[in-house]
Amino acid sequence: MTRLGGFIVAVAVLAAVIGPVVAPFDSSSQELALRLDGPSLQHWFGLDELGRDILSRVLAGARISLLVGLVVVSISSTAGIAVGAAAGYFGGRVDEILSRAIDILMAFPGLLLAIAMVAVLGPSLFNVVFALSLIGWVGYARLVRGQVLRARELEFVQAARALGASTPRVLVRHVIPTTLPAVTVQATLGMGGAILAEASLSFLGLGVQPPTPSWGTMLNYGRIHLLDAPHLTIFPGLAIAILVLGFNFLGDGLRDALDPKEAGR
Amino acid sequence: MLTLPVLLGVATLVFSLIHLIPGDPAQAILGETAPQADVDELRRRLGLDRPLVEQYGAFLSGLVRGDLGMSLRTGEPVVSQVVARVPATAELAAASMFVALVVALPLGIAAAVWRGTVIDTGATALALAGVSIPNFWLGPLLAIVFAIQLGWLPVSGRGTLAHLVLPAVSLGAALAAILARMTRATLLEELREPYVQAARGRGASRTRAVLRHAFRNSLVPVVTLLGLQFGAVLTGAVITETIFAWPGIGRLLIQSIGFRDYPMVQGCILFIAVTYVAVNLLTDLVYGVLDPRIRYE
Repeated sequence: MTRLGGFIVAVAVLAAVIGPVVAPFDSSSQELALRLDGPSLQHWFGLDELGRDILSRVLAGARISLLVGLVVVSISSTAGIAVGAAAGYFGGRVDEILSRAIDILMAFPGLLLAIAMVAVLGPSLFNVVFALSLIGWVGYARLVRGQVLRARELEFVQAARALGASTPRVLVRHVIPTTLPAVTVQATLGMGGAILAEASLSFLGLGVQPPTPSWGTMLNYGRIHLLDAPHLTIFPGLAIAILVLGFNFLGDGLRDALDPKEAGR
Repeated sequence: MLTLPVLLGVATLVFSLIHLIPGDPAQAILGETAPQADVDELRRRLGLDRPLVEQYGAFLSGLVRGDLGMSLRTGEPVVSQVVARVPATAELAAASMFVALVVALPLGIAAAVWRGTVIDTGATALALAGVSIPNFWLGPLLAIVFAIQLGWLPVSGRGTLAHLVLPAVSLGAALAAILARMTRATLLEELREPYVQAARGRGASRTRAVLRHAFRNSLVPVVTLLGLQFGAVLTGAVITETIFAWPGIGRLLIQSIGFRDYPMVQGCILFIAVTYVAVNLLTDLVYGVLDPRIRYE
């Protein structure tokens, strides 16, 4: 399943990179006379409410989804590593304060907070990334804190400290690298989560705004035509489900590979 | 007890939401072209003309008294409108959790008992698919097949049991997937325990050893997870209610966002978040009852 996951993700990345080149049509060009037409030989996934080719828009949407996932995961994992490492390594008051902040944010349903933030900040791609990053770092921080608590007692870390290495050096060179396998697994699963969250917000009309082709936005508009043109709903949704499944397969496989004790669980 | 600081944190987050609005919140609500007098009046009504600390104090004291202000759209108290939507959301959440348990437990047990077989692989793949399929896609798909094509179930609204089926299944699918994986993992662990081997040694059948002994103990983490996933169910309900025109808090929230009715948005979010914290606390307590080894100071 790991290979399948890797294959799906690779295909999606390829679609995002060369999608606009191989797409049969421009993702924004309209053929109003053919609006809502179902799948055909010329338009494999059919056309949407403005007569745009859905296959071309699904390919273009891959770019948005992967971009959001990548940016959100990069920002949240970096922030999470910094906060988690500080809490775990320094302990005491620092840990107390940071851990309480983590607990409070963990107590808030993440997507709800993102909905609330985008609701007040206004719907846009930037605000979606901002909101998802703001809630995303908490999970990484908690994970890294636990890992660092264990790592700081390891012999080679204590040896580095005894040899006079500075705190930043011990953290960056010795402690944080021990957390990276777990962070990689979380980041892989987090890509799926971020893509799903972006699509959810866009579906609610709070994310990426038209005419930018986002899978969630396409589903939102497809809802209006559920009775007369279900293909508007089927294909973008299938794309989301397959890509998220790919990241979940990959993340699961990575976890088994990096932590054999967890394998088969 | 962490619950009080968490509740205070949640309330503070919700309070600060309206202050995150870029520029003047009153102007943003009424629009750029609104007359200055109207903007000033709204600012006064929302208390935005007072110092921030005073606003915060008033918000908290209102919260304690169950007063979350008035809806900007209807002019009615926010609390009464949110409370009126509770039964619908509670019904949907309960039904989706029921669906999740009914699907997840047999699936998880089968995967653990027949570990490494086709059944196990199939159950695991199904579970991963369940987590990956977004409910805002599954919902419309179910509607296309069961409401539009087959005509068996109503496509939207609330009223009869039939109305509940599609929203509950689309909301419960992801939870079922997560619970099935957890059931499999914990049951596998329990099956290795000496007491299960002992039960088998005393002549208990395989089915009895699994169901009466191992499964019972594996329920503790499953129940905990069910509680912890409640937040996801509530957030998912926001989407599911929007798809199926289900008159719950989630739909009220999305409608209020559309109308820039921020007191109502705050009320809905606060209600969902507080319910989530309360359910988490309840889960901790139930955990203690299910497993007497856990005691709280």
